[in-house]
Amino acid sequence: MLVDKIKNIAPEAEIDENGILTVTVEPAKYRELALRLKEERDLSFDFMICMTGMDWGDSLGVINLLQSTVHEHKLFLKTFTTDRENPELPTVSDIWATANLNEREVYDFLGIRFINHPDMRRLFLRNDWIGYPLRKDYDANPEINPVPLESEETLDATSTFEINPKDGEISEKENILFEENEYVVNIGPQHPATHGVLRFRVSLEGEIVKKVDVNCGYIHRGIEKLCESLTYPQTLALTDRLDYLAAHQNRHALCMCIEEALGLEIPERVKYIRTIMDELNRLSSHLLFWSCLCMDMGALTAFFYGFRDREKVLDIMEETTGGRLIQNYNVIGGVMADIHPNLIKRIKEFVKYLPPMIKEYHDVFTGNVIAQQRLKGVGILKKEDAISYGASGPTGRACGWSCDVRKHTPYGAYDKVDFKEILHSEGDSFARYMVRMEEILESLHILEQLVDNIPAGDYAVKTKPLIKLPEGHYFKSVEASRGEFGVYLESRGDKYPYRVKFRSPCLPLVSIVDLITKGGKIADLIAIGGTLDYVVPDIDR
Amino acid sequence: MFDFSTITQWVDELLRSFLPHAAATLVEFILIGLCLLVGYAVIALVLIYVERKVCAFFQCRIGPNRVGPYGTIQSVADMIKMLTKEIIDINHIDRFLFNLAPFVVIIASVLAFGCIPFAKGLHVIDFNVGIFFLIAVSSIGIVGILLAGWASNNKYSLIGAMRSGAQMISYELSIGLSILTVVVFTGSMQLSTIVEGQADGWLLFRGHIPACIAFIVYIIAGTAETNRGPFDLPEADSELTAGYHTEYSGMHFGFFYLAEYLNMFVVASVASTLFLGGWMPLHIPGWESFNQIMDYIPSIFWFFGKTAVVIFIIMWFKWTFPRLRIDQLLRLEWRYLLPINLINLFLMVIIVVFKLHF
Repeated sequence: MLVDKIKNIAPEAEIDENGILTVTVEPAKYRELALRLKEERDLSFDFMICMTGMDWGDSLGVINLLQSTVHEHKLFLKTFTTDRENPELPTVSDIWATANLNEREVYDFLGIRFINHPDMRRLFLRNDWIGYPLRKDYDANPEINPVPLESEETLDATSTFEINPKDGEISEKENILFEENEYVVNIGPQHPATHGVLRFRVSLEGEIVKKVDVNCGYIHRGIEKLCESLTYPQTLALTDRLDYLAAHQNRHALCMCIEEALGLEIPERVKYIRTIMDELNRLSSHLLFWSCLCMDMGALTAFFYGFRDREKVLDIMEETTGGRLIQNYNVIGGVMADIHPNLIKRIKEFVKYLPPMIKEYHDVFTGNVIAQQRLKGVGILKKEDAISYGASGPTGRACGWSCDVRKHTPYGAYDKVDFKEILHSEGDSFARYMVRMEEILESLHILEQLVDNIPAGDYAVKTKPLIKLPEGHYFKSVEASRGEFGVYLESRGDKYPYRVKFRSPCLPLVSIVDLITKGGKIADLIAIGGTLDYVVPDIDR
Repeated sequence: MFDFSTITQWVDELLRSFLPHAAATLVEFILIGLCLLVGYAVIALVLIYVERKVCAFFQCRIGPNRVGPYGTIQSVADMIKMLTKEIIDINHIDRFLFNLAPFVVIIASVLAFGCIPFAKGLHVIDFNVGIFFLIAVSSIGIVGILLAGWASNNKYSLIGAMRSGAQMISYELSIGLSILTVVVFTGSMQLSTIVEGQADGWLLFRGHIPACIAFIVYIIAGTAETNRGPFDLPEADSELTAGYHTEYSGMHFGFFYLAEYLNMFVVASVASTLFLGGWMPLHIPGWESFNQIMDYIPSIFWFFGKTAVVIFIIMWFKWTFPRLRIDQLLRLEWRYLLPINLINLFLMVIIVVFKLHF
């Protein structure tokens, strides 16, 4: 049915019905199809899950994974250009706002210029970087890009590439980001409230924020590039380093993606163990969120309360996995080792221990009139914006967007447990805060149901020592602590992945900062940053 | 009750017996200056230690516990470190104002410190507009903070300084008005008279409702005045890294740090002098034997005990509340505290005129 509709719109599109529907179009038709995919009522692909820049050898292009929040169907939209010298594609950043930063990322890594994109700067790498790292013919010789000894010049202007409809000539138009006499303050890269090396350039008028320009890339490690030269089991270790507060969940996604590609059947026991660990991970992450938000807002004592309790979660995970922050526990086909005999007992103790503490948190912070005034009505995000920017997870759920992957496409043992998807409708900082606080209790509820019912069986299935994935592309996502974490994997049948793309939940979060902070105070920027709860290594990858 | 003026008079007579009048006065000046500075430094060190311990207990930690028994010498060690630290030279600043600023701040706080009656007879300057003088000199500190923010040539510092200017000038009103309430009640601006006037009961009890309101307003405004949490916007570490003193290092930073703690002490001691009777023991009219027992406790203990209680309350604020936002801060002052204060002052006048107090 979907196929017919798409054929109606674009009869010349190539459609592959294997797995998730893949539609390939010429660049000339790309924008029109994209627009209609979003606008038409029975298609309404309003959520762009991820945009992946690709180098297919003979051509460069992008492959977008789209989803409809109404009909819940998914689709790969693919386009390409064979011009490797001056690759150009039309932008879709006005259709899906999340494409804005994603297209900049593609431009940065593959050199594809997007026509009419409002802000064609490199996103992660320095402006003077030579070459495009994700191209297959990229020369990584350190002599071409030596370690720079001078700091990068900050650009106050950016450019848009426009196409002249008459002769097809491409011209560059300059956009001014900050005027000469604007009071621009750097929040970051070294700043206590950015939770990592993220840099906001903030234009101020007194205390009021006029504009926020996000500068990423200070902790870019090229993980996607690294993955291309590693075997599949080796790539697993890198996922833990993306969002280190959702280390286990990230790795879960990659393992599921590889297992699906291999067609591996996973024992029930593994699914239960993974789910338990995911939820423990979520608990530790949300407790850290609470602590750090309180600290950012000046309530330092609350920070210690949160960390006191998070310590207990880390102890539980450490006993089984050996890791506290980064667990390294999932492997392809199962988990590294069986659970520790104490695990069940300790989780049961913890499930009893935490709820009174949460009550204490509410007493000391949530109920405080200062905290409420600083969070309520601050940084309001509308549901349409959340979807368009792809801000999933607790941020999306705070404005009423039901986007919990655990509910919509259950994985692990989530289909066997009973839990609520926490939804609020206000979309302000307080709603984001409350969603996370309620999710803590929900996670405890999930744990409670799982610990007693872990089935017997193997904790891993045997896999071949050399894992080769069949040709094709695969996508799998999990609900990480801050939103949907996805893995897009393209294989050409080798023992190395051809291309791996991680859909980071934090990149959309950071892209909405400008939108929801405008007109607020500096202190609001801090509160908004705290409630969005982004983790910088996950943005930069 | 022991009167410290016997000691001071003895010293005075001793000096005068073998020195000419002018020289004796000069020596006394120096002696008093030295005593004040030593007292200032010691109180600052004790306060830093106490704050670290108190905040540690609030936060389920132990706090300093390595240097000396229970970590008591920790702040001395910190002071020595601070004294030996390099003062980093910064380019593109207004050098004169930059170096002047910490001294303005510290001078303001030492001057205010000098006005406080510590115990019976232990009072450096006691003249008929004592409390007025105290407010006046403690306000000079704002100039230092504004200078620091301006001269640093740093955007964070400038925002911090502007915040602190707006904040301190606003809350000065509340402080002034709540002190005015006390002055209306006691009919004097001389600190010694105010304290003596509370011999039959502390002002907080004698002036009942308006005095309690004035006390609460004073504590809130005083906390704001000292830039402490939840009013620590000028140096909001999660927003402006360190606000107006971002660029300061070594002892220059140390001066700001010292002044902050001493201002807290000054605010607390003024609160205890005005509302809790200062060094005056707890007296209940009619209970003669009880009053006599209370008199056995030296006045200096009474003063520092009361001040410690107020300081603890101020610390409790800081370690419990999140920080306000600048507009909320100003709204609290102009919309709530100021009208409450004005009405309260009126109430106090009525109570004094109709003799409705105890």
